Parts: sequence; C-alpha cells; structure tokens
Amino acid sequence: MPQAATATILTILETKFSAIVEQWLGTQVKEGVKRSDLFSDSESRAQNAELLKAFAKGVRAGVTDDDFDLADPAWEDLRAVLADVTKERVSRGVTPTEMATFVLALKVPLFAQLQKTLPDNPSSLIFDVLMVTRLVDAFAIYTNEVFIAEREQIIERQREEMLELSTPVVELWDRVLTLPLIGTLDSARAQEVMENLLETILQRQAEVVILDITGVSTVDTQVAQHLLRAAAAVRLMGAECIISGISPMIAQTMVQLGIDVGTVSTRSSIRTALADALGKVGYTIQKNRDH
Amino acid sequence: MPCPSCGVGDPTDPSAYVAVQSISLQTSRDVVMARQAVARALKSRGASAIRTTRFATAVSEIARNAIVHGGGGEITIGFDLASAYLMVECRDKGRGIADIPQAMVDGFTTAGGLGRGLGGAKRLADRFEIITEAGKGTRVRMGVKV
Repeated sequence: MPQAATATILTILETKFSAIVEQWLGTQVKEGVKRSDLFSDSESRAQNAELLKAFAKGVRAGVTDDDFDLADPAWEDLRAVLADVTKERVSRGVTPTEMATFVLALKVPLFAQLQKTLPDNPSSLIFDVLMVTRLVDAFAIYTNEVFIAEREQIIERQREEMLELSTPVVELWDRVLTLPLIGTLDSARAQEVMENLLETILQRQAEVVILDITGVSTVDTQVAQHLLRAAAAVRLMGAECIISGISPMIAQTMVQLGIDVGTVSTRSSIRTALADALGKVGYTIQKNRDH
Repeated sequence: MPCPSCGVGDPTDPSAYVAVQSISLQTSRDVVMARQAVARALKSRGASAIRTTRFATAVSEIARNAIVHGGGGEITIGFDLASAYLMVECRDKGRGIADIPQAMVDGFTTAGGLGRGLGGAKRLADRFEIITEAGKGTRVRMGVKV
C-alpha cells in the first residue's frame, strides 16, 4: 500500500495540528511529565509544536509502504529538533522516564483523532493505530538514546574536568613545589602529571619537589612505577624529589609487592617533607617568640 | 569446591559462594571499579584497613594483568559465609602464561612493567591459585580471610 499506509495519519497531522499539540500537552499534564516547574507554558507549547512538525515531516517523507527507519535522512529534522529538546531538558534535570513518557503521550491525541476520522472502519483504524504505535515507539526509543548519549557526554566532560583539576602544581616556597595527587594514577593521568610537573620545575627554577600521595588510596605496581618514573625525571632536571604521604597501609603493601624506591626520599607526611624541603633550599622554620 | 591442595574455592559457584559482583575488565577504569568493589565488600564485612588495602592492591594487579596481557576479561567476587573468605576469580582469554614459576619471579616482565605484580599479588593474598593454558587464557583465584 504505497502512501496509503500513512495517508490518514498525515491528513490528521495536517488538519488537526494545533488540536493535537494542545491534547499532547494535556496528556503530559495528566501523566505528570509536563514539568511546569522547569518550562513555561509557551516554551512547552513551542517545543511540542516543533517536534510534531518535524514528526509529520518524517511521516510524510520517511515512510515507504509501512516501513521506516529513524536513521534515514528523511527523519533528519526530527532528530535535530529532538537533540535540541533533549539537551535542554537534560540540562534542566528531566529524568529519562519523564522524557520517554513525554513522547509516548503523543499517542493519546493521535489515537483520539484517528477514532474520530475512522469511526466506521475498524480494520483501517486498527491498521493506523498500529502504525502510529510503531512510529511513536520508535520516536520514544530514539529519544532515550539521545538522552543517554547526552548524559554520557556530561559524564565524559566532568571526567576530563576532574582530570585537569586534580593535577595542580603548587609553589610552596622559593624553589619548592608540591603536587598533591588524589584518586587514581592511571597512565593517562601519570603522563599529564609528569608534563605539568616538569614544565613547572623549569618555570619556577625549582630545586625540591614534593609528590604527595596522601589522597591516593591504592599504590599498586603500576602506580609505583609512575611515581618512580616521575621522581627519576625530576632528578634528571636537577631537582630533588620527595614522595610524601606514605600511610602505614601503603608502606606495608609496597614492601610486600617488593617495590624498591631506590634513592628516592620518602616521608610519611607532607609536614615532615616540607620541613625537609625548606632545609634543602636553606631555610629553617623558627618559632616566633613564646606563643 | 575448594581445591584440596590449596583451599582455593570457586567464587563463581553459587552453591558455595554468595555472589558479590562481577565486573567486565576492558579499560584501566574497570581496574579501579574492581578494586573499589573489593574494598567495599571487605569494609562492609568488617575487614581492617590494612587487609583491605592489601587485598585491593592484589586485585588491582591481577585485574590489570588481565587487561594488559589477556586482552581484557572478567572478575567475579564472591563471599564464602562458612569459611568467611572473600574470593575473587579473574579470567581472561589471552595467550596464557608460558612459564608460571618464571612469571612469579620478581623482576620478570614482558610488558615493561616492574615485574612484581603476580608475585606481589600472591604475597598480598591469603589464598592464591593460577591456572593457565597456552592460547586459552588465564584464570587467577585469590582469597582473603575476613
């Protein structure tokens, strides 16, 4: 059945467009997914109208016989509008269930309109209801995919931000730097830490570098190797490296692993490491009067 | 069933072990997930901080081995109520280990690491068993008494 498969649906979408938008909104309110707290009425209406327009365009051009694929170019408009709407909704805190229900709510007005148009033709009605169900379901599934992709992007972005945040090289005193490591030290982070550190040694003409691992919960052989390599590179640049924040747990684990720190100085706390570092660059910490 | 010689049980056997978690090992992030899951499981059962750190580090070593040498794998964590042992089994489908005694020797490495992971993991765990077959992969089981 070329064209005929969606002929009634298309007619409805064209002639009853505003009514469908209004009913769609109404169903969203009834289902409790309109989120009037996040979107104004006019915003919701504009979003719905835009989505429905793109949906109608897809139905017109993207359904041959009774087959369709939302990945086809004919559905490009819908995908673009949906991506925008989803992005907006994710950023305002809409849940995936709300988003899917929001789209699925479109079935109600479409079914109602079909019933009005085809009251005496049950076989056509069933056929069209099935078609609308397939279309709207595909629409909703695609929405969920966009939703998840959007979430994943946010997670990936946050991870990158954390990666950068967590490797600040701090100048504690003249020629004394410290690098407080937090979390895990995988190869990518170790590389970033190393670059950052060596660059700063050059800039600040540092002589002592304190690598503080108080915030690192697990030191396995890979982390140890990264630390020792960083220490070796620091030494090659003519500075001295102190690894501080070695907890009793980590000390025992490192011994059992058989990790030899060689000539790298290690300290249990950053406090002793700092006193040490200041001594090496010619400063002493003195108590001021009798406090 | 525990292996008669070393007392190492099979944590994937649901009749003997309460399943804690299974984690697919593909990236270094999964290694972190695995050792955090083990650390959580140990802490919630009242293990001391030092035993938790030690076993989590051992898990970190073998999980990374599965990724670096085995091309990825899976780790299963199970708890034996009767003996109060937390067991993990780490499986990969890599090329296997040609010579286990040699691989256990400190300093032996095929991937440019420190060469202390496998021997270290054995020293950090209370129970340790390694089964490997050339071309078919490696299975490491480790346990810690809680």
